[in-house]
Amino acid sequence: MKNRVRFRIGVSNVFEGIVALFAFLISLPLLAVIYYVLKTGLSKINLSFFSNIPKPVGELGGGIANALIGSLYIVAVATVIAVPIGILCGIFLSENKKSKLAYWSRLAVDIMQGIPSIVIGIVVYFWLVKTRHTFSALSGSVALAIMMLPVIVKSTEETLKLIPNPIKEAGYALGLPYHKVIMRIVLPCGFSGILSGALLAVARVAGETAPLLFTAFGNPYISHNMLKPMQSLPLLIFNYATSPYDEWHDLAWGASTILLIWVLLLNVTTKLITKRWKVQL
Amino acid sequence: MNMTAWKTFSYKKVRAESAFKRMLIVIAIIMVILAVSIFLTLLVESMPSLKALGIKYLWQRTWDPVTNNYGALPFLIGTILTSFLALIISIPFSYAIAIYLGEYKRTGWLSALLRNIVELVAAIPSVIYGFWALIVMVPLIRNLETKMGVVTYGVGILSASLILAVMIIPYAASLGRELILMVPSALKEGAYSLGATRFEVLRHIILPYTRSGMLAGLLLSLGRALGETMAVTMVIGNSSLIPTSIFSPGNTMASVIANEFTEADRTVYLSALIELGLVLFIVTVVINIIGKAIIKKFSSE
Repeated sequence: MKNRVRFRIGVSNVFEGIVALFAFLISLPLLAVIYYVLKTGLSKINLSFFSNIPKPVGELGGGIANALIGSLYIVAVATVIAVPIGILCGIFLSENKKSKLAYWSRLAVDIMQGIPSIVIGIVVYFWLVKTRHTFSALSGSVALAIMMLPVIVKSTEETLKLIPNPIKEAGYALGLPYHKVIMRIVLPCGFSGILSGALLAVARVAGETAPLLFTAFGNPYISHNMLKPMQSLPLLIFNYATSPYDEWHDLAWGASTILLIWVLLLNVTTKLITKRWKVQL
Repeated sequence: MNMTAWKTFSYKKVRAESAFKRMLIVIAIIMVILAVSIFLTLLVESMPSLKALGIKYLWQRTWDPVTNNYGALPFLIGTILTSFLALIISIPFSYAIAIYLGEYKRTGWLSALLRNIVELVAAIPSVIYGFWALIVMVPLIRNLETKMGVVTYGVGILSASLILAVMIIPYAASLGRELILMVPSALKEGAYSLGATRFEVLRHIILPYTRSGMLAGLLLSLGRALGETMAVTMVIGNSSLIPTSIFSPGNTMASVIANEFTEADRTVYLSALIELGLVLFIVTVVINIIGKAIIKKFSSE
């Protein structure tokens, strides 16, 4: 009897050990990727890496200025498109929980969340590239914005759901019109939640490559024209990583380092905001 | 004060209010239109191939744009192989993380550390995973293949599945953790009071209780794996032949679109690729909706 109990406790302890082991094994690939990228990439980064554009194979001193600028433009415009629409849709969903339109709208957002990024790339290609007969940074931004929308809508809706009704009712009791209650009371209350949702969305699309393949397309030169093809960091990494040249691999490693740091910083910032204001996401 | 407030009351303000409400409704309608038009665009643009090749396109065995032969079977098989292999590889890890965070260590620095690690794994862009896999993992796989005495491509289904497994672990893990946290403590305490060990509580209470939700979590991870493009494209080897083993190179639906979309010069060719996108869209949407419905049912019970 005693042995039996000891055996069962033993099994339980061994199982806990195995679970802990398997759980922490996930850190292996993470550390391996971060270590390898930083080890190879950091040495490639210097001042000219930020200011130059890629040089042809065989010439030294190429940089990724075109991709950095392009990525900033494309992601910034995508954010400008997605954030207002996403927040407004989130407001609608949290204010009209039961209406028929809210049901369909929520379903649409769920569907968009599940669409593979490459498929969004195809669709935007037909909407904005084929009709204008040229690849453009703007179409890339639209594709990324479609990917950001679900994240922003969901986080806004979830945050605003938590805001207690009496606060809103207090606003109404003072005679505030509906839009002022939303703009002056509800949104400020949920600000941190909405902000971290938006940052999360930016972090998610900052490294997206697939939807840009057929939209922003890439450009070996610095471009400031949103209506023309533009390079971006993930695109540059993909194109140069799959090339056979060592110089281009070096560029891709440097670009990977910067992209990795950028994305990780965005995630850490989001975390800090969530912690600072104690938001539950 | 009161008087001025009365004086400034006007229909203008009422109008502003209803305009705001209308704007919200318009945005909500735009969401629906967006989702519908994404589907319609795919459907319309894949019409030429649907008409020319018919439904048998899906199980035609050869894909050869040069001779105008389009069969999607190699890519369907490639997609299913990589996704399911990745899913199977990921299960022990995602379950372990879910159990560890949901049951063994709910709070504390170890749990916070693991949660952060999982979040970072999800945050790393897929193109970086692909690049790393191409340079670091593929040579290792090639060595392994040499030792095993099979064809030594290095790139192929196995490499793609491995990197894909890493990428999908976070989704099932974080969902599983939330599900395990939802198990009523009365149930667990009942078992403990009868003398059950922790392992027995897990096996006989927690896992059966969360089974449907965990399945949904796997389904959602599968949806992710099916649509994942970049990392897979970089290490799968891009061959349009039907893969003969898990070591041979192949192509998934997503990777063949990524590779050939900008090269497709004929209407049927392009349209055949879009039809792949349409299939991908329908499959992932159905998987997502089913998965979310199961989880919603689970959490409302």
